[in-house]
Amino acid sequence: MKRRLLLLLPLVGFLVLGGFLYQGLSMNPFDRDSALMADPFPSFALTTLEDPSRTVDESLLAGEVTLVNVWGEWCPTCKQEMPQLLDLADRGVRLVGVDYKDTREKGRAFLAEFGNPFEVNVFDPDGDLGFELGVYGAPETFLVDPEGVIRYHHTGYIKPEDVTQVILPEVEKWRD
Amino acid sequence: MLIPLIPEIGHFALILALLMAAAQAVMPLAGAATRRPLWMAYARPMATGQFLFLVVAYGCLTASFLLDDFSVATVADNSNSLLPWYYKASAVWGNHEGSVLLWSLILGAWTFAVAHFSKELPRDMLARVLGVMGLVSLGFLAFVLITSNPFSRLLPNPPADGADLNPLLQDFGLIIHPPMLYMGYVGFSVVFAFAIAALLGGRLDAAWTRWARPWTNVAWAFLSVGIALGSWWAYYELGWGGWWFWDPVENASLLPWLAGTALIHSLAVTEKRGAFKSWTVLLAISTFSLSLLGTFLVRSGVLTSVHAFANDPSRGLFILALLGITVGLSLLLFALRAPRVSHQVGFTWLSRDALLLINNILLVIMTVTVLLGTVYPLLLDALNLGKISVGPPYFNALFVPLTVILCVFMGLGPLAHWKRTAGRDLVRRAWLAGAAALVIAALAPLAYGGEWNLKVSLGLVAALWVVLPLVRDLWEKSRHRRGRLAGLRRLSLAHWGMVVGHLGLAVTIVGVTVVSNYAVERNVRMAVGDSVQVAGYTFTMTELGSRRGPNYVADAAHIRVQRGEAERGFVMTPEKRLYIARGMPMTDVALRPGLFRDLYVAMGEDLEDGSWAMRIQYKPFVRWLWLGGLLMAAGGILAVIDRRYRRTATARDPERVAAASVREASA
Repeated sequence: MKRRLLLLLPLVGFLVLGGFLYQGLSMNPFDRDSALMADPFPSFALTTLEDPSRTVDESLLAGEVTLVNVWGEWCPTCKQEMPQLLDLADRGVRLVGVDYKDTREKGRAFLAEFGNPFEVNVFDPDGDLGFELGVYGAPETFLVDPEGVIRYHHTGYIKPEDVTQVILPEVEKWRD
Repeated sequence: MLIPLIPEIGHFALILALLMAAAQAVMPLAGAATRRPLWMAYARPMATGQFLFLVVAYGCLTASFLLDDFSVATVADNSNSLLPWYYKASAVWGNHEGSVLLWSLILGAWTFAVAHFSKELPRDMLARVLGVMGLVSLGFLAFVLITSNPFSRLLPNPPADGADLNPLLQDFGLIIHPPMLYMGYVGFSVVFAFAIAALLGGRLDAAWTRWARPWTNVAWAFLSVGIALGSWWAYYELGWGGWWFWDPVENASLLPWLAGTALIHSLAVTEKRGAFKSWTVLLAISTFSLSLLGTFLVRSGVLTSVHAFANDPSRGLFILALLGITVGLSLLLFALRAPRVSHQVGFTWLSRDALLLINNILLVIMTVTVLLGTVYPLLLDALNLGKISVGPPYFNALFVPLTVILCVFMGLGPLAHWKRTAGRDLVRRAWLAGAAALVIAALAPLAYGGEWNLKVSLGLVAALWVVLPLVRDLWEKSRHRRGRLAGLRRLSLAHWGMVVGHLGLAVTIVGVTVVSNYAVERNVRMAVGDSVQVAGYTFTMTELGSRRGPNYVADAAHIRVQRGEAERGFVMTPEKRLYIARGMPMTDVALRPGLFRDLYVAMGEDLEDGSWAMRIQYKPFVRWLWLGGLLMAAGGILAVIDRRYRRTATARDPERVAAASVREASA
C-alpha cells in the first residue's frame, strides 16, 4: 500500500505544476501589470554604463516623461527592439537604459553595434535595480511620469506597430 | 479549376484525418480490452489512412504558399510574392498554424512507420500502441482544427501581397531545424505509446522495452540533431556569436532530451537485466510529457521568449487541457498498474547497473533543474512571492557541475560489469586512463593558452575521462588472434554506438570549454582602409557597397583577412540588410568556419562619417559543439542498425524472450 502511494507521487507533482501553468495562462506576461504601477520608481544608486565614476539615482527620472528600458547584451530580443527605441528617440521621447546583468564592455559594444537611443544608461551588473523593478527578463520597459511615478509597463519586445499605437499615446497622456 | 479550392481540399482532408484518428484510437483499444480481433484490426489501416490524409492536407497548405494564395490568412501573414520558393515552402512551419500541422503530420508519419515495421508485434500490443498514438493524434488534430485552422480564408477582400516571413526565419537553418526537432519530440510518442500499452495490457516484462528501444533511439537522435541545429542557427543568425541562451524555448527542447537520454539507458537496463521496470515506464511517460510541456510553453505564450509566436489564451488553455488529460491519465494509470513488487534483481553498488542508475538520477536532477529554472518565474508570480528573473547565471551554476559529476560516472560505466564488479578490477582498468586524463588536462591550457586555467582543465578532464577509458577498453577488446583490426570488427554495432555517442558528449564538452574560455571579441569602428588585429589575424576593410537581394536591400562590407603579412588571405563580406516588406533590419554575419576556429564578422551601426561599428570575433573550437551533437546522434543510429538490437520478439513466446534476456544477462 505504501508503495502504491509512492507511485502516485509523479501524478501529484504533475497536478501541482499543471495548476501553476493554468494560473500562468491568465497572467499573460506581455500585458502583465507591474506590481509597481502607480508607485514611485524604486530608489537606487548605481553607476552609469558610460562613466564608472558617475553615480545616478532615481532623481535622474524626474522632470520629464521618461521611458526606462531594461536591456542586456545577452538578450536577443533586445537587439530586435533597438530600431523601435531609436525611432522613439527620434520622435523626441526621453529614454534611459538599464543595462541589466551585463558587463560594461559587452554593454558598450552592444550600443556601438545596434545604436544608442538612451540619454544615459544605468549599469546594473548584479540585477539589483532589475529585482526592485520585478523584471522577468529583458527587454522590459517602464514609463515614468515627471513626478517619478511608474505609469505604464511593457513586458517584452516593443513591436514596430506598438511605437505609434501604444507607446507614443501613453507618453502623450502623461506629458505636462 | 481545382486550384482555387486547394485550401478547402486541405481543410477537408484534415477533418478526414481527425475522424480516422478517432477510429484508430477507439476501435483497437476497445478491441484489445474485449479481445475482438476484428476491432483490433482497425489499427493498421486507420493509421495508414490518417497519414495519407495528413499528407494531402499538408501538401495543400504548401501549395497555397507556393502559389501565393494570399486569401489564406496563414499565407498572407507569413509569406510574400518576392520570397524565394524554398522559403515559401519552409514558411509553412514558420508560424503557429503551419507548425502544429507539421507536428501532426510527423506524428502521423511515426504512427504509419510503427504500423508498417511492427508486423511481429502481438496483435493486442500493436492495437494498444496504435490506439494510444491515435488518441494523441486525435487531441492534436482537434487542437489544429478548433483553435488554429491553417486554412482559414481572408475573404472577400484578400490582401494584394503578403506580410513576408520574419527575416530571422529566412535561412537554411530554419528549413531543417524545426522538422528535426519535431521528429524528436513527436518520436517519443512511440515509446510513450509502448509504455502505456504495456501498462494497459499488464505485461510489464522486458519485451516492450525491446520493441521500444530502436524507436526511442531514433527519436533521440533526431532531437539531438534538432537541438544542435537550433544552437548553430542562433549562433550565426541571431547575430552575435552566442550558441546557447537558456531561452525558455531552448530549454523546452533540452528537457525531453535530458529525460530521453536517461530513458535510452534505463531501457537498456530493463531489457538486459529486467531491472528498473517502473522507473523505465515513468521515464517513458515523462519524456513524452516534457515534449508536450515544451509545446505548451512555446505555444501558449506564458513565458516571454524570442520564439513564442502564438499568444492566444484559448490556444494555451486547449493545449493545457490536452497536456492535463494525456499526462494526468498516464500517470494515474502508472500509479494503478505499475508493478507493485519490484522484481528483485540483485546488483551491488559497484556494478554497471548501479552506475547507470546513478547517472539516470543525475540526468533527472538536471531535467528538474532546467524545468524549475524555466517555470520558476511563473511559479513565484502565481504564489505572489514577488518576481524574479532567472538567467544564464542560475543555469550555468547548476548545470556545469552536474555535467562534471555525470562524466565521472560515465567514465566508469562502460568498464564495469553488470551485477557486480570487483573494486580492484575497476581500478586496474581505469587508473591509467584517469592519470592520463589528469595530466593532459592539466598541461593543455599551458600549451594552448599559455597559462594555467582551472576551468579549462576541469572541462577537459571531464571530457577525457569519458573518452580515455573507452579507448583503453577498445584496446583490450580488440585482442584477436588475427590482429587488432579483426578484433575491432568483431565488436557489435551497438557497442560502437555507445562509444560514438559518449565520444560525442566529450567533443561537445571540449567545444564548450574552449570557446567559453578562449573566445576573443573586438568591437571597432572601421572605415575603408582601416585595419584591426584580432587573435593573430589582420582584418582590413577594403570596400563598402550596397547590394539588392530578392526581398531586401543591403549595405555590404568587404573585409580582407590575413594571417601574416605575406599571406594573400581571404575576403569576408558581412551585410546589414533591410527587408522591404516588413521594414526590418537584419545583420547578416560573415563567417569563416574551421574545425579549430571560426572567424566571425558582423556589421553594426552606420556611424555617419562613412565608418561602421563592426564586431569581430575569434571563436576557437566552436564547431565542436555541434560536431559532438552529430556524433551523439550517430551513436544512437548506429545502435539501431545493429541487427541484434532490432531482433524482434515474436508474439507467441514471451517466455523465450525472457529466457534470452536472462541468458544474455548472465553471459
